[in-house]
Amino acid sequence: MQRHLLNPYQHRQSPIHRFPAAVKLAGAVFFVFAVVLLPHSAWPAYAMCGAALVLVAALSRIPAIQLAGKLLLVEPFAIGIAILSLVQKNGLHVFADMLVKSTLCLFCMVLLSGTTRFTDILGVLRHCRIPPLLVTTLALMHRYLFLLVEETERMLRARKSRTFLRGRLFAWRSSATVISHLFVRSSERAERIYSAMCARGWRT
Amino acid sequence: MHIPDGFIDAKTAIATGVIATVGLGIALTSVRRTVPSCRIPLIGLAAAFVFAAQMLNFPVAGGTSGHLIGAVLVTVLLGPNAAVLVLSAVLILQCFMFADGGVTALGANIFNMALIAPSVGYGFYTAIRRIAGDGLRSRLFATAFASWCSTVAASIVCAGQLALSGTAAWGVCFTVMTGVHMLIGIGEAFITTLVVAGVARVRPELFFERSQSDLHPRYGELTVYGLLVSLGLCVFVAPFACGWPDGLEKVAAALGFEYKATQSPVFGSPFPEYAVPAVKSAAVSTVIAGCIGIVVAFVLAYLLARFLTPQGKSGAGLKSEDDSCHAAPSA
Repeated sequence: MQRHLLNPYQHRQSPIHRFPAAVKLAGAVFFVFAVVLLPHSAWPAYAMCGAALVLVAALSRIPAIQLAGKLLLVEPFAIGIAILSLVQKNGLHVFADMLVKSTLCLFCMVLLSGTTRFTDILGVLRHCRIPPLLVTTLALMHRYLFLLVEETERMLRARKSRTFLRGRLFAWRSSATVISHLFVRSSERAERIYSAMCARGWRT
Repeated sequence: MHIPDGFIDAKTAIATGVIATVGLGIALTSVRRTVPSCRIPLIGLAAAFVFAAQMLNFPVAGGTSGHLIGAVLVTVLLGPNAAVLVLSAVLILQCFMFADGGVTALGANIFNMALIAPSVGYGFYTAIRRIAGDGLRSRLFATAFASWCSTVAASIVCAGQLALSGTAAWGVCFTVMTGVHMLIGIGEAFITTLVVAGVARVRPELFFERSQSDLHPRYGELTVYGLLVSLGLCVFVAPFACGWPDGLEKVAAALGFEYKATQSPVFGSPFPEYAVPAVKSAAVSTVIAGCIGIVVAFVLAYLLARFLTPQGKSGAGLKSEDDSCHAAPSA
């Protein structure tokens, strides 16, 4: 399915990749907050922020086409909400302003996820005294995400090879059955994981 | 409904951030207190499950497709506290890994989709199950109605936040967001009910239930979540609801929107722009249209539950459902 979309991290030899994850995460969050807090229509500031991002992108050695593709993938959601702002006084101004701001922030987050492993981000979160239960949940989720998506693909392939789609209602019912089986399988897997974790000396 | 960065201003971001942190903190402590440690891996896997389930497309008319949101599904399967944790984890991962939903809007997104949606859903779910009984049909009925309500409630609060940030006018925001999500909610209710029916067929013991010895259900957490929901409504929706007809008319006057609205009903519904034609006041007519929407959803939910439950099993408990499943030849 969308395997390349599931793992946004791209391994390259670059100074940006070698930066500590904590610095990159803090920098990205700071950048996003700064962009959001910029006054309306501060176009020179926007241009400077954009130039900084382009510089980082060039240093990271991730191909521009891939970055642009990722950006185009998340952009429609921003445009969808921005369109709502058109229906008011000087709406076009607000629309352009917000679209630029959100694109800058999206670009920043795309760069962060392209150059930093999520496990490193989790390590930073653990250091920041984020409650361990939340970090454990995030870590387990990230670890088993790919597995469950693959399992879904397998079930869908098995279903496709055995059935013909008779209309929409049937498609809905069988897709919903796939989801419910996915839940049953994940809860069984969770039981096995728990025993394995206990066998290796896991404490909460 | 993921709000990107740049659409929420500083005051809204701070307000939502504080409320979301408090709600997530409450959920974390009560999960640690009530959920046995053998269920911890299940919470992590349920988060991955929600993510994987969201990637499955359901064909809707005209080449478009929708997908599950999963708030009420997780609430029904794992209980409200775990659901808050699971949905927050999904949103945090989507924010940092896939740039889906902004960092400054993370508080708002967690508040709408991980706090409002499951607590509203859980409230309706328990209320209906208390009234309609313990059978499979009442479970499906409650699930369907709760998922519709939770989707719509989250979208109303989301519209309030966008309007409070000055992103869009409340009249436009509310009408579009709630209108679209009333339709999305129908799809969400369908998918959630079908999935719950599927789980009930295979492993009915997996559902979250309060333990039988617990005769007095604990109202503590319900009260806390109820307080959070009402706080959100007060902060984000009430300012607009009070000066409502006023604001709506101002927008309409500024843009000649009134004329356009009567010309083209947005979704071809019998109540264009949520205004029953005969009633003069905008606030009253919106309330009436909303009530009619809720009644229609209620009836649809009941019909769906009836359709999905086999005849003669409506009153039967889950045990007999399980037995009949083993007796019947499965596909």
